[in-house]
Amino acid sequence: MKKFLLSSIIVIIGITFIGRLSYLQLFNSSSENVLEDTAIKAIYDYPERGYIYDRNGELMVANQPAYDVMVIPREVKPLDTLEFCGLLGIDKDRFIKKMKKARVYSPRLPSVLVAQLSKEDYARLQEKMRKYEGFYIQKRSLRYYDTPSSASVLGFISEVNERDLRKNENYVAGELTGRTGIEKEYEEILRGRKGIQYIQKDRFNRDIGPYKNGNYDILPEQGKEIHISIDKKLQEYGETLMQGKRGGIVAIEPGSGEILALISGPTYDPSLLVGRKRSKNYTALYYDSIAKPTWNRALSAQPSPGSPFKALNALVGLQEGVIKPSTKFKCYNGFYVGNTKRGCHCGGGTRDMTSGIYKSCNAYFAGTFRKIFEKYTTSDEGMDVWEKHIKSFGLGNYLGYDLPDGRKGLIPDKAYFDRAYGDNRWSSSYFISMAIGQGEVATTPIQLANMTATIANRGYYYTPHVIKKIGNKEITDQKYTVPKYTTIDKEHFEPVIQGMADVYNKGTAKWLRIKDIEIAGKTGTVENFTVIDSVKTQLTDHSVFVAFAPVDNPKIALAVYIEHGYYGARYAGHIASLLIEKYLKGEITRKDLEQRMLERTLEHEYAKPYSGKPFAINEYEW
Amino acid sequence: MSGNSLLKRVDWVVVLLYILLVTIGWVNIYSSTFSEESTSIFDFSYSYGKQLFFIGVSFVVIIVIMSLEAGFYERFSSLFYLVAILLLIGLYPFGKTIAGATSWYGMYFFNLQPSEFTKVATALALAKYLSDIQTDIKKIKHQLYAFLVILIPAVLIVPQPDPGSALIFFALIFVLFREGLSLLYLGIGLLLVLLFVTTLKFGTIWVGIGIGLLLVIFFLLKRSSFKVPVFPLVALVIGAIAFSLSVNFVFNSVFEQRHRDRFGLWLRLEKDPEKLEQIQKSIGYNTYQSEKAIESGGFFGKGFLEGTRTKGDFVPEQHTDYIFSTVGEEWGFLGTATVIILFTLLFLRLIALAERQKNAFSRMYGYGVISILLIHYFINIGMVIGVLPTVGIPLPFISYGGSGMLGFTILLFIFVRLDANRLNEWT
Repeated sequence: MKKFLLSSIIVIIGITFIGRLSYLQLFNSSSENVLEDTAIKAIYDYPERGYIYDRNGELMVANQPAYDVMVIPREVKPLDTLEFCGLLGIDKDRFIKKMKKARVYSPRLPSVLVAQLSKEDYARLQEKMRKYEGFYIQKRSLRYYDTPSSASVLGFISEVNERDLRKNENYVAGELTGRTGIEKEYEEILRGRKGIQYIQKDRFNRDIGPYKNGNYDILPEQGKEIHISIDKKLQEYGETLMQGKRGGIVAIEPGSGEILALISGPTYDPSLLVGRKRSKNYTALYYDSIAKPTWNRALSAQPSPGSPFKALNALVGLQEGVIKPSTKFKCYNGFYVGNTKRGCHCGGGTRDMTSGIYKSCNAYFAGTFRKIFEKYTTSDEGMDVWEKHIKSFGLGNYLGYDLPDGRKGLIPDKAYFDRAYGDNRWSSSYFISMAIGQGEVATTPIQLANMTATIANRGYYYTPHVIKKIGNKEITDQKYTVPKYTTIDKEHFEPVIQGMADVYNKGTAKWLRIKDIEIAGKTGTVENFTVIDSVKTQLTDHSVFVAFAPVDNPKIALAVYIEHGYYGARYAGHIASLLIEKYLKGEITRKDLEQRMLERTLEHEYAKPYSGKPFAINEYEW
Repeated sequence: MSGNSLLKRVDWVVVLLYILLVTIGWVNIYSSTFSEESTSIFDFSYSYGKQLFFIGVSFVVIIVIMSLEAGFYERFSSLFYLVAILLLIGLYPFGKTIAGATSWYGMYFFNLQPSEFTKVATALALAKYLSDIQTDIKKIKHQLYAFLVILIPAVLIVPQPDPGSALIFFALIFVLFREGLSLLYLGIGLLLVLLFVTTLKFGTIWVGIGIGLLLVIFFLLKRSSFKVPVFPLVALVIGAIAFSLSVNFVFNSVFEQRHRDRFGLWLRLEKDPEKLEQIQKSIGYNTYQSEKAIESGGFFGKGFLEGTRTKGDFVPEQHTDYIFSTVGEEWGFLGTATVIILFTLLFLRLIALAERQKNAFSRMYGYGVISILLIHYFINIGMVIGVLPTVGIPLPFISYGGSGMLGFTILLFIFVRLDANRLNEWT
């Protein structure tokens, strides 16, 4: 009995020890990451963020130095808080709050105490920093913008937040990351890779040399420069024209899908979102819920396309063989849906296709639209065919461009109408408005621009993109270099393009002609409604214009959408003509158009719904 | 007696376990004290170089021990004991003070710590006394004499001061239990420890309530025919409560602050978690760092020479008393569990050997060896992994220390020699 007592004690001790050790080493062990190890310190070496150039090699974005005051809470020794706060230029409460936050984030990893000191503050602080243990100054590079324009394309960078840190372990608090635009889309390329040096420390927190002879160290890798397809001059000029107007403009080079300009109005100077004033400025922009300067209308606004959509319906009609260019429809200053008359502004009379386009005759396209559906025995079949053709132009879904923003637009399908009216309980007359680009259909300006580029190419498009070169290499991504064909045969485009050219020659845009440049275009005037005090109220029409030039060898295709700009040839048409001339000629001969666009704003129009008083819309005077 | 037959009779299991533990020990001492500048493992300016030297000396000593006759140890045990006691006394006038303790004789290039050898001598002397034909362990007088053999070296060592080493000698009481001392003493001892700890943790009132509950359960479960020994039971309950009442007095008045801190930390007497962490990081610094180092090892460990906390010297005394934390960090759970299993096997094997001795002296000495090694192992690892309060004693065969290495080797191999002789007791 006694013999076994000692053996049992020994075994029990052994089991107890192994139990305790498995608690320590198996369940409590937090699979220690090198960065979490008290005995290892990481020193970061930040590479410069890549520069951004425009399509002509003009610098758009570079860097400027900035200095963050960092703190490692564990290493802070008691200090004269008041004096230190005085040096940093912050008050004591803020200091205490920041220190607490830093401690919560991590006692051993650095946190930002004061971000982005100016050069002067840095010079003043630098000598005295030694006195304060646990604090140091981290140099970073901030963005420097060599243009007041392009905020809608470039996007901005800002400090990573707690969510980013949880999501991506490559970031450390205080680092910067792209938030929108190119800065976000090409973050990995622009950022490069930060260098990390691991230092072994002893228990007194002294460095005792590199950890594992530096085998785990990472060398910094420079961020790559990128060239984007934006034409800086065109972009700047477009933004100047947009002053006082809201809307979106997208210009594309049809032969490559490269985006030449992408303008959203109102916009802001990207330099506003750099430096210590960043957060104040951003708040002001973000909370402007009426003008919404941070909302990218060129990518995300989705009004009905209006009359430019007629060109597509003409193409579908030709492809389906239900009309020929010579097919005629009679316009009674409008057309009838059942017993209801819908208006038309073309002047009436018998129209063929070309004049239907350049006069923008509603009756002609309502007729065409009906014929497309009449060809098929059921509305379902007709709808499928029509939807297939329209969507082949990149409408009704994300285009796949390389900017992290945007909307799908809407091209309804049979399921959409089944939901709205019930299965088989609808026909083309239910949505005849779509014949003229009104009603259910919705498109974003970039989709309209891409549609125009597709027409300019006579039947295919390249996915629009802003990236042109990464480092020194031209992009080879098949997504952007392989053309996407529409379901419309090439020969059907010529008559439609003829009609669009006539828009300039003798149609709705004849006042906007530019000497020596043959332009094909299409005006659009989009009715729109809002709700004011629970009453559906019509507002002044949106002005829409699509165009490409030169007709025979298109170099630029664009879509202009101006909120409440009234009819298409007014604001949108003016701006489109000016941008085409600027891009193709480099200078403006139509000074009258330019003068008008620079002088006029639409602020009075935008103020109307908020005035609280009754107001007139679509005023003839301008 | 031919050397050949001796080699056959040596218990190679014990020898193998010894070699494994010593090797593990040296590898970890190397890792704890290794520095980029050192070039040779024989460099005596580094601890691992010195330790390697003493391992070499140990092997020579083993050969000497094995070649002496088994009877030699029994015959001269009283003399060894006397010399050891004199060496301890001699420390008072001639001793060398290191880190506040006068426990060493300064030799030419190393310091001799006589207490390590006194352990061997005491185990021998106790076995000798108990195996004497005239000794009857059932007699109180003989119990007292036996206890005196243990007490004298302990009393001499305490004022050095080295209370940890003094504690070790009381482990030899296990030998008395094996030889017939009533287990009642052990029961009472354990009860007192239990009362002491529970009183500190929960207070006298709760301990009283607990004893009451136990009594109730006892009376509910007892067979109706069982006659309750009323007087001893009442005496036991009153004694326990009185002891419990005295605990607070002892703790507050007799103990020093550092003892109070150690117990306070061990039993988590501080309720405020922030203050507790503060205590952990100041008073419990060693244990805190060693636990963290062991935790960071995980299952597989960080690998030989890869322990970042070991390299950064985060754990104080890591090559001596806290060597086990290096095992934990660099070899992980695999390493620590291996060490525990090796020790457990060694103890179980030694018990088996002790039990097969025909000679009473050999058996008693065997139990002495087991008791001394076991108490070191239990207290040292218990301390390093944070289940026992801090007591500064080394881990046998593993910790750095020349005297310790030699002392434990002699202790173990005298028994191996005695065991090898068990079949020819007549020689």
